[in-house]
Amino acid sequence: MTEAAAAIAGDARPRLPRGVRLVHNEAQGGWVLLAPERVFKADAIAVEIVKRCTGEATFDAIVDDLASTYNAPRDRIATDVGALLRGLVDKRLMEL
Amino acid sequence: MATNGAGLPRPLGLLAELTHRCPLGCPYCSNPIALDPRGDELDAATWARVFKEAAALGVLQVHLSGGEPASRRDLVDIMRSARDAGLYTNLITSGIGVTPKLLGALADAGLDHVQVSIQDSEEKSADHIAGYEGAYARKRALAAQVVAMKIPLTINIVIHRANISRIEQQVALALEMGAARVEIAHVQYYGWGLKNRAALMPTREQVDAAVKAVDELRARHHGRIVIDAVVPDYHARFPKPCVGGWGRRSLNVTPAGRVLPCHAAESIPGLEFWSVKDHSLEEIWTSSPAFNAFRGTDFLPELCKSCERREVDFGGCRCQAFALTGDARATDPVCHLSPHHRLVEELAVVQEDRAYAYRRM
Repeated sequence: MTEAAAAIAGDARPRLPRGVRLVHNEAQGGWVLLAPERVFKADAIAVEIVKRCTGEATFDAIVDDLASTYNAPRDRIATDVGALLRGLVDKRLMEL
Repeated sequence: MATNGAGLPRPLGLLAELTHRCPLGCPYCSNPIALDPRGDELDAATWARVFKEAAALGVLQVHLSGGEPASRRDLVDIMRSARDAGLYTNLITSGIGVTPKLLGALADAGLDHVQVSIQDSEEKSADHIAGYEGAYARKRALAAQVVAMKIPLTINIVIHRANISRIEQQVALALEMGAARVEIAHVQYYGWGLKNRAALMPTREQVDAAVKAVDELRARHHGRIVIDAVVPDYHARFPKPCVGGWGRRSLNVTPAGRVLPCHAAESIPGLEFWSVKDHSLEEIWTSSPAFNAFRGTDFLPELCKSCERREVDFGGCRCQAFALTGDARATDPVCHLSPHHRLVEELAVVQEDRAYAYRRM
């Protein structure tokens, strides 16, 4: 987990590529990440992270924001966010 | 899987056949033999309502298809209404009729993804299969524009006896065209494909080589392009799970508004299909006789009901069971356990070099 987190630079500005969108659908019970011919359910934590990936905020800024919003240890947040983003990048659902 | 109040699963995808008009004549077209005439096509306002109802029902992705969707002059309005309903929009096109101006307008209105069909990696063969001189060149031009606009591109290639030996070149072409994904789809034998079956059927040797080629290409191009393969129909040991199970994951609206569990469902006689002109999509999904005809596994023969793959393939494809045995409730005879499997084996070795019966209105 720590390795995956370290793999994303602090000044990277993650964003959803064109063709990948986070949408809310009541009938499906919440948020989903949509890509060509693919659908991924997004849990509450993933939603808060992905919503902040606008291409403007840096990885460090996103982690700071989440740490202060949820009053949680910054190290742990950085690890979790890094792991999630790395997983999305590998599936071509996120750009750095 | 999310369910509604009645305990039914919620659909994820909607195939919107905006029109059956198409300049191409592919002999395996998934449209029915009896095509909906232009005068019967739903108007854009009705499509907008259907998309809203679809999103409320749980649908996440809409596939704007046809025929050729660009045959509709109001395509941009229709696409925008799908986006406004919150749906992910996928344009499935032959490429013919999608001008740079139209593509630009679609992109501005938020089109999410484009799928372009290619008939072969060799121009002459591709145009022959499509029954349209110049189709290949126009498709390549459109694909280049899609990539230039940074819209994700999928290339779809239906493979059959005439082009199955060039999968490597086809995948190379998809890469060259800038696709992030390529679908290698073995032809399926319904409607037009059934009519042309002997002219399309590959040999067993060709199918075995194709399966091997796809595996090798996946390993070679890992991380560069996603290769999705639709399994060869008659040469499989187990049947395909028809549209992920009848009335479970998706629905199809015809140009005239009839709602089908799959695009070939009208080939089964005696089913009662409801129209979006008379009912909401929710009513149709929940209560229409056609959707309830083959839901679950209760209707299947004992062979399937007692099979451990019961929830994997749901006894296979209903349209195929009917087309080959005359009984839509039978085990799909592609299954090697089916008492009718010999039929499939016999048909799979019938190869005739005859002219295609092109799909025409």
